[in-house]
Amino acid sequence: MKEPIIKLNKIIKNYNNIKVLNEVSFNVYQNEFVTLLGPSGCGKTTTLRIIGGFENVYEGSVFFESENINNIPPYKRQINTVFQNYALFPHMNVFENIAFGLKIKKTNPNIIEKKVSKILSLVGLGKFEKREIDSLSGGQQQRIAIARALVNEPKVLLLDEPLGALDLKLRKDMQVELKNIQKTLGITFIYVTHDQEEALTMSDRIIVMKSGNIQQVGSPINIYNEPVNSFVADFIGESNIISGIMKDDYHVSFLGKDFKCVDYGFKKMEKVNIVIRPEDIEIVEKDSGLINGKVKSLVFKGVHYEIIVVSKSFEFLIQSTKSSKVGSTVSLDFNPDDIHVMREISYE
Amino acid sequence: MNRKSKYLAFPYSIWMLIFILFPLFLIFLYSITMRNPNDIKTITFTFENFAKFFNPIYINVLIRSISIAGFSTLICLIIGYPVAYLLTKTSDKNKGLLILLFILPMWMNMLLRTYAWMTILGNTGLINSLLNILNLPNINLLYNNSAVILGMVYNFLPFMVFPIYTVLNKMDVSLIEAADDLGANGVTIFRKVIFPLSLPGVISGIIMVFMPAVSTFVIPRLLGGGKNVLIGNLIEKLFLVTRDWNFGAALSMIILFIIFISIKILNMLKIDKESGVSL
Repeated sequence: MKEPIIKLNKIIKNYNNIKVLNEVSFNVYQNEFVTLLGPSGCGKTTTLRIIGGFENVYEGSVFFESENINNIPPYKRQINTVFQNYALFPHMNVFENIAFGLKIKKTNPNIIEKKVSKILSLVGLGKFEKREIDSLSGGQQQRIAIARALVNEPKVLLLDEPLGALDLKLRKDMQVELKNIQKTLGITFIYVTHDQEEALTMSDRIIVMKSGNIQQVGSPINIYNEPVNSFVADFIGESNIISGIMKDDYHVSFLGKDFKCVDYGFKKMEKVNIVIRPEDIEIVEKDSGLINGKVKSLVFKGVHYEIIVVSKSFEFLIQSTKSSKVGSTVSLDFNPDDIHVMREISYE
Repeated sequence: MNRKSKYLAFPYSIWMLIFILFPLFLIFLYSITMRNPNDIKTITFTFENFAKFFNPIYINVLIRSISIAGFSTLICLIIGYPVAYLLTKTSDKNKGLLILLFILPMWMNMLLRTYAWMTILGNTGLINSLLNILNLPNINLLYNNSAVILGMVYNFLPFMVFPIYTVLNKMDVSLIEAADDLGANGVTIFRKVIFPLSLPGVISGIIMVFMPAVSTFVIPRLLGGGKNVLIGNLIEKLFLVTRDWNFGAALSMIILFIIFISIKILNMLKIDKESGVSL
């Protein structure tokens, strides 16, 4: 296998004796778009700052192209960062901001000019060179921040929730644009976000984190379809999480009924969590499905209806394009491979 | 601003009118009038008070005042900037203590603080006594320009440190990290990011030190021994000794004008538009 461009080996980080990263290890390969995904406080930004060199590690090592960079200061790393608040220099105009890194490297002024105007047109802000930073909108500042990092042709670009401050429409546009930029330039992106949809849209691989621990690493499809535990299942998309008991291989019991499933390898009678995605449940006529329930509410969401069906005091969330009558008794149907069985984890 | 809060400024408006604008107007009136020795009731308007100023003696006094104040301001800046910078770097616990140590002398009367220097620098003062014990010759430390500059720097240094400290302290750390990220080492970060962004504080500090330094009369009188008269002493003498209020008022107006112009020029240099520190 190829050598990873970034390798984290058992990183431990403490803040005032509180462990914020607990033996975090992962590899990032050339040209990959990797996303660190998790709720706030999960350690994803700290991990990014360790790769950027802004935080030191308590234990473990960071490798860049097989070289330990634990003690290399940020200005000597071939890594650039797009900061969450953009961190554009307010006393410089757009050109000076973008040219900052090149000027420090004593690049020829003619080349600087060419590179700046090229990168500006790449981010869709051609002819913005002379503009002052505070005359730009949030979205434009965002692009300048990306341009300022990219113009240095880093081997790895770190992005810390760069789209957090933008409105929904702009965010969606920028997601596609960022992905295109990454493909065009062939630069490795390490991206931090708490927005699962953003992670699913852009990433080649997603690293899901929780309280300083990596929960799962995998492709977006893999993570969505095969979450390793109920935390990942709940965090990536909406889920129905039901506690149950694994009676035998391919045999699970929950809500007082036995169901066939495709999971195996659990201990007999082990307590498990069962995850069923809302879009995998079909509402059928009473008694013709697997389990009966009463329709509690129906909300129109545009593409689909969001329906809550109560069955044995458990509220199923169901996404369906078909409407149901509130108060009526229906039956729920789902396939054995829509039942995802995972080991129980405790929530702190 | 709503109607009600407008009234809250009313007492201050009155205060300003009575104690600032009206006296200022009186000074202005004095500066453009002349006393008639034979008849107190008639007032003659004249520019003679201002014309009188354009005499090499007075011009020299003004130039000396400006250069001594300017030099003191420069020293305050050279000492004050690193101090302010180090203050932002110290831990929160020590920060409070250091700031307190800086403010503490300001709780004492300025006259007292200046007198204290006299007893340190004087011929029978602390330093010369020490020299005597060591059988070294006495040196004249008091009653010269250096003593005046020392007094000004000592008294006005906090006014330089605090505006710079305020600006440095609220500077966005991510800007420094961004510069670091883009390949700038410590020196370059300071030169290209920290210093330019701290200029509003530097300018406020310069104004806050230069203004009192150019017009003070206590420090040059006590530490300069009145040998080299500064403009502040001149005005004091004109009002209290010579009783030539009209000329004194004219000189005051000239200083006012000079300070006004220097603030205008300095504010033009101000690059950061959003910084709250300004006069």
